[in-house]
Amino acid sequence: MDALDGNAIAGPLFEHFGEEMTTTVGTCAHCGTRSQIAELVVYTRAPGTVVRCRHCANVVMALVPIRGELRADSSAFRMEQAPDEP
Amino acid sequence: MARAAIPGRLTWQAGRVVDLVDETARCKSLVLELADWRGHRAGQHVDVRLTAEDGYQAERSYSIASAPEDTHVELTVARLDDGEVSPYLTDELRPGDELELRGPIGGYFVWESSQGGPLLMLAGGSGVVPFRAMLRHWAADGRDVPARLLYSSRTLEDVIYRQELERLADDGADVQLTLTNQWPDDWQEHRGRVDPKLLAEVAWPPHQRPLVYICGPTGFVEAMAETLVQMGHEPAQIKTERFGPTGT
Repeated sequence: MDALDGNAIAGPLFEHFGEEMTTTVGTCAHCGTRSQIAELVVYTRAPGTVVRCRHCANVVMALVPIRGELRADSSAFRMEQAPDEP
Repeated sequence: MARAAIPGRLTWQAGRVVDLVDETARCKSLVLELADWRGHRAGQHVDVRLTAEDGYQAERSYSIASAPEDTHVELTVARLDDGEVSPYLTDELRPGDELELRGPIGGYFVWESSQGGPLLMLAGGSGVVPFRAMLRHWAADGRDVPARLLYSSRTLEDVIYRQELERLADDGADVQLTLTNQWPDDWQEHRGRVDPKLLAEVAWPPHQRPLVYICGPTGFVEAMAETLVQMGHEPAQIKTERFGPTGT
């Protein structure tokens, strides 16, 4: 399946962080590329959702629903003005 | 864990179907009444959630097809034969039914008249849906902005909003169609896939700094964006939204 982009996970990210996130800018911890979340590469058909840097293709985020609650690991995407982790 | 609704939080709400409009053989528009809608911007989307009797839930994201100025929220859904959600929305849903949704969502793929232009919209297939919202918003509040839509469709029968697009063209929007798979013998507009030559014809030159929005299947979006960057358009001026079957 073709990869999508960060627009596709706007809902789950809003749910997790409590605010609109697709325009949030961050830096890939692997290659240093700066981008908005909407520009990242998103694979929704893995178990959970895998988000990769559009420049270096390394994983920058993973979203996994566990018992109805979304767990998000975004440690490899250093967000500027990141909201507080819920 | 259950969480109480907090102002600003995204909560699920019920939308009542007030009308269903056949757009093409495969696409239907859902006209919804939402008691608790706080308004949206053109280009945003909603998540729709269906719950089966056994509690199984499926979520999908749909672009909003209506303008901020419209009374009702409209979604246009393309039926995917092997889909989990779209066949229910296009085949089973009836006026009066309720649908669970949350939104508006997304702040990236958004155009507001105050952003100005020129506004260039490139649509592949049902990627035209958010551009209907943008063009309606343009017609209501942005007609001094030059606006152009290039819409790539397989056949004339697959063109969504055809009559409305003609009306928008009468209002001054530049609407151009290209048909990629088959076309009528007397077809006067573009034929075939959007290639660099057509894109160069349709896109304003880079020094005019058009605001470019591209929506469609991944392959279409990436081909258009790459070509525009090669032509000298700044990546920051180009916003993209790829669609495909998504869900949780």
